[in-house]
Amino acid sequence: MALIELSGIERRFLLGDTTVHALAGLNLQIAAGEYVAVMGPSGSGKSTLLNLLGLLDRPNEGTYKLEGRDVTTLSPDEQATVRSTRIGFVFQSFHLVPRLTAAENIALPMTLAGIPAAERNKRVALALQDFGLENRADHKPDQLSGGQRQRVAIARATIMQPPLILADEPTGNLDRHTGEEVVNLLEALNAKGVTLIVVTHDQGMGARARRQLVMEDGRLKSDSTAADISNLGKISG
Amino acid sequence: MRLTDTLRFARDAATGYPMRTTLSVLAMSIGVAAVVILTALGDGARRYVVGQFSSLGTNLVIVLPGRSGTGGFNPANAITTTPRDLTIDDAGSLRRLPTVRRVAPLAVGTSEIAFGGKLREVMVAGSTAEFIPIRNFTVAQGQALPEEDWNRGSSVAVIGAKIREEMFGANPAIGQLVRVGDRRLRVIGVLGSTGQGLGMNTDELVIVPVSLAQAMFNSNTLFRILIEANNRDAIPGAKEQVMETLKQRHRGEEDVTVITQDAVLATFDKLLGALTLAVAGIAAISLAVAGILVMNVMLVAVTQRTGEIGLLKALGATSRSIRLAFLAEAAMLSAVGALVGYLLGQLGAFALRQFFPVFPAYPPDWAVIAGLSTALATGLIFGVMPARRAARLDPVQALMKH
Repeated sequence: MALIELSGIERRFLLGDTTVHALAGLNLQIAAGEYVAVMGPSGSGKSTLLNLLGLLDRPNEGTYKLEGRDVTTLSPDEQATVRSTRIGFVFQSFHLVPRLTAAENIALPMTLAGIPAAERNKRVALALQDFGLENRADHKPDQLSGGQRQRVAIARATIMQPPLILADEPTGNLDRHTGEEVVNLLEALNAKGVTLIVVTHDQGMGARARRQLVMEDGRLKSDSTAADISNLGKISG
Repeated sequence: MRLTDTLRFARDAATGYPMRTTLSVLAMSIGVAAVVILTALGDGARRYVVGQFSSLGTNLVIVLPGRSGTGGFNPANAITTTPRDLTIDDAGSLRRLPTVRRVAPLAVGTSEIAFGGKLREVMVAGSTAEFIPIRNFTVAQGQALPEEDWNRGSSVAVIGAKIREEMFGANPAIGQLVRVGDRRLRVIGVLGSTGQGLGMNTDELVIVPVSLAQAMFNSNTLFRILIEANNRDAIPGAKEQVMETLKQRHRGEEDVTVITQDAVLATFDKLLGALTLAVAGIAAISLAVAGILVMNVMLVAVTQRTGEIGLLKALGATSRSIRLAFLAEAAMLSAVGALVGYLLGQLGAFALRQFFPVFPAYPPDWAVIAGLSTALATGLIFGVMPARRAARLDPVQALMKH
């Protein structure tokens, strides 16, 4: 069974009096443990797709099944629970809370989920170690370098041990060297079985993924694995 | 989200923006301080007046000649009624009533006092030995009027502190003969100084036996009869009995007015209590204003932290968690503001008491409780709207604003 199953997804925005089809008739299956890069020009619908997969946005039409469960019909609070336990986000601009320390930022998803402080501290200590941030635990985000900030953000995304990580241009604000480090970290997570979906402009980074989705005008222009399947005689949507 | 985590999160959020937090705490504290100080002033005025009335004497029942509802001067009364004299014997008859502890007849007039070539005008009060304990006066030197037959006034006088000062200076006053009007009287006592009060100023008073005063002023009627009831509960009974006794003595006519100090006190108490309430109401408006300010501050906070709210939603925060976090922050701002305001208010009231020691400027408990709870309630109520706005933010839009 696929981890993610999108069928007939439509997402329209009203801009003035014209309707923009951010996503149109999208069908997509992603299996557990895959490493997928979503690419395409600006406005092709990459970010909309990622928001949709992250349950931050709802489609106008179509169904989204996550781990076999239709999540489009869930109430906002049920969706919040799914985000909390099943999905980790990594953003281009890190999105750390400036007044919280690195450790507190990492603990934030557990705090929101109501996990007791003792358990939180244990898991944060482990995460700090895993991401080489032991000496930065009490630093505020503005005392951290860009690479360290993104490592804090990745630690935060993984602290609830979600099966799915969504990364939106995770290296967009980093230089090449630190970007490389961050990608390695994400790929290491994928190697442990976490499904990784990365939205990126960077051709080099996209090429490292085992599967590339190229979007254009809200449609899937090409799908490297799906292409393989279509070669076997199947028709892709 | 756990309660302690919510509170800590709200606290960190509040301390993360010191300027904003300080301003709203300040607004709330000024509101609460205003309630505390203004009610302290109002209630202080009430206590001051009540205290002044109490210093007239305790459990007092006062008989005035003439029939009048209020005891004030009413021109209509003056024309239509010809009051019978209120005599010393009338006063004497009241001494036998069971509810009455002390009775003092009182005749007053102005005269002049002369000693050693010095002359000044004085208020003369004709009364008896019990006048001094009934009015809570003290005798500083010598003794009070002698216990004697009320109709036989000895030629003695008790003088006020200021009179003694002006007439005798550093010389002893006790035993000296002074001239009051056309009488020569021996000074047997000096009253303790009481200062300016609501009642008579005893410092410039000369007290003489009541029959002597009546003879001096050539009058048979008394100005007042002062009666002290056995206790507070006996006051209504005493009033009744006094009225009944005097009615019988005056051949069935109710031609005197009996008032109780309680009635006068209660009127003032009510009046000034209402004043305090009104002042508290005015001060409460400043609390409402502070509440609106807290709302504005929280709305600004929601706008400032839009990105953070989006992030919290992406990390799995429910609408409820976000609503609670913002409500907790608003509650904290008002709670701290209320506390600071309470301390400021108490400090202000303390300063008032230091500058005006006679004025008991203590804020009443009800005002403090009402002020504090109004502050908290307004903070919470005005915090609801910003909290709901925060919880309703669209996470995609909110994240883009970061």
